[in-house]
Amino acid sequence: MEERKLPAPEPNPETAPYWDAAKNGTLFVRRCAACGRAHHYPRTLCPFCFSDKTEWQAASGNGTVYSFSVMLRAPAPYAIAYVTLDEGTTMLTNIVDCDFESIRMGMRVRLVFKPTEGGAPLPMFTPA
Amino acid sequence: MTIKGKAYIAGAFEHPTRKAPDKSVAQLHAECAKGALTDAGLTKEDVDGYFCAGDAPGMGPLSMVDYMNLRVRHVDSTDTGGSSYLVHVAHAAEAIALGKCSVALITLAGRPRSEGMATGTAPRPGSPAQPDMQFEYPYGPTVVNMYAMCAMRHMHDYGTTSEQLAWIKVAASHHAQHNPNAMLRDVVTVKEVVESPVVASPLHRLDCCVISDGGGALVVVAPEVMKSLGRPRVKIVGVGEAPKGQLGGDVDLTFTGARWSGPRAFAEAGVKPADIQYASIYDSFTITVLMQIEDLGFCAKGEGGRFSADGNLISGTGKLPFNTDGGGLCNNHPANRGGMTKVIEAVRQLRGEAHPAVQVKNCALALAHGTGGSLGTRHGSATLIMERE
Repeated sequence: MEERKLPAPEPNPETAPYWDAAKNGTLFVRRCAACGRAHHYPRTLCPFCFSDKTEWQAASGNGTVYSFSVMLRAPAPYAIAYVTLDEGTTMLTNIVDCDFESIRMGMRVRLVFKPTEGGAPLPMFTPA
Repeated sequence: MTIKGKAYIAGAFEHPTRKAPDKSVAQLHAECAKGALTDAGLTKEDVDGYFCAGDAPGMGPLSMVDYMNLRVRHVDSTDTGGSSYLVHVAHAAEAIALGKCSVALITLAGRPRSEGMATGTAPRPGSPAQPDMQFEYPYGPTVVNMYAMCAMRHMHDYGTTSEQLAWIKVAASHHAQHNPNAMLRDVVTVKEVVESPVVASPLHRLDCCVISDGGGALVVVAPEVMKSLGRPRVKIVGVGEAPKGQLGGDVDLTFTGARWSGPRAFAEAGVKPADIQYASIYDSFTITVLMQIEDLGFCAKGEGGRFSADGNLISGTGKLPFNTDGGGLCNNHPANRGGMTKVIEAVRQLRGEAHPAVQVKNCALALAHGTGGSLGTRHGSATLIMERE
């Protein structure tokens, strides 16, 4: 089986702090101080109330699997997933470092970072 | 203000090719245009509005208007992926109702098969400026695994099974056997579908649509133009559009934009789901059909699996005859965009020109529904209701 190589994310001025935090082992979520809600992917203007009073918040790194699929038709199979963070928002990610057969809906997962090819590491999740 | 009764589909053409290594994309667009105009009894000189989406080469309408040497006074290059062509019919009706054009030509064409495109199984990088790109692409989202996550969640929430999904492919294959141009003409069984290799769990190879070259075109005209033609009259009576995304991170994979576009179209048409005699439902995957059937109101949410099972979508025996050309699942998915062929088969049904084995008797009211992009991330949704006059 081929080893899976992860492409580097390409930050922009709006998202650079997210990836800088990732380099330091922290997952950021963006939360709106006006309406109080967290969202993902992060934006400057809150996608719920359009306030510009949004702030970075360090996530706990805990979440649950909202949905997943094991991609078998690939050089190296992988598990793509949506994970709902305890902070309340849902992000696209991968479930790693486990037997894919053991992944379940609603399973508790915790944050791990995986290196990319020349960029910031990617926040991924593994069974808690 | 409504588009109800303000425009008609006078011409429809599906390119017979499914593999076209010897043709250019622009050529395929033009061949489709010629086919639809011939079908309508019109010529290129009659066209005063032109519509195309992202499959058109170069600068869309500018390149294609130039290639075909059209003289138009209205263009629209709205791109909502595979649903674009239903949106174009809606926008053409709107433009015609406002007097901005009277003969609108809509074309689609592409060659993903000849180009060897790994349509569903390879992640496709977009532009770095695309706001989702850096948060999604590195994780390996493909067309199949993103739709697979919809299926996984639908199964979890509603108890939908792989066998119920398989019935959708089975029904499509029953129709495709009568279509000489269909890529997959063999009737398949539920067992064959669920025993085909898993591509991305829980979706099997036979849960997926075909990859084909080809294209199609439509001609939408004003009532006075329609009256001058000797063709059966297919009147546009209701349209609805709705993009849906990840909802700011409140991701819900169990419903589609059809929940919003469907009621808009039904309200404009003044009809209800039970009145529809034939439905073209976008079928990139079996799960796509199942969720749209629910969201369009043909059955309650969560009942799509039970509704689709036991041949209920097969023309002649089932309650909701769908995709009688074999659909994207068996017939054709030109340019990886199935919206055009959805409208074309609905037009065939309303004209009584579908294959006799699948023709719905006295079909007077039909629906075509399109999805574009990905149900797993962000997609366009468009519903079109048409009536035989």
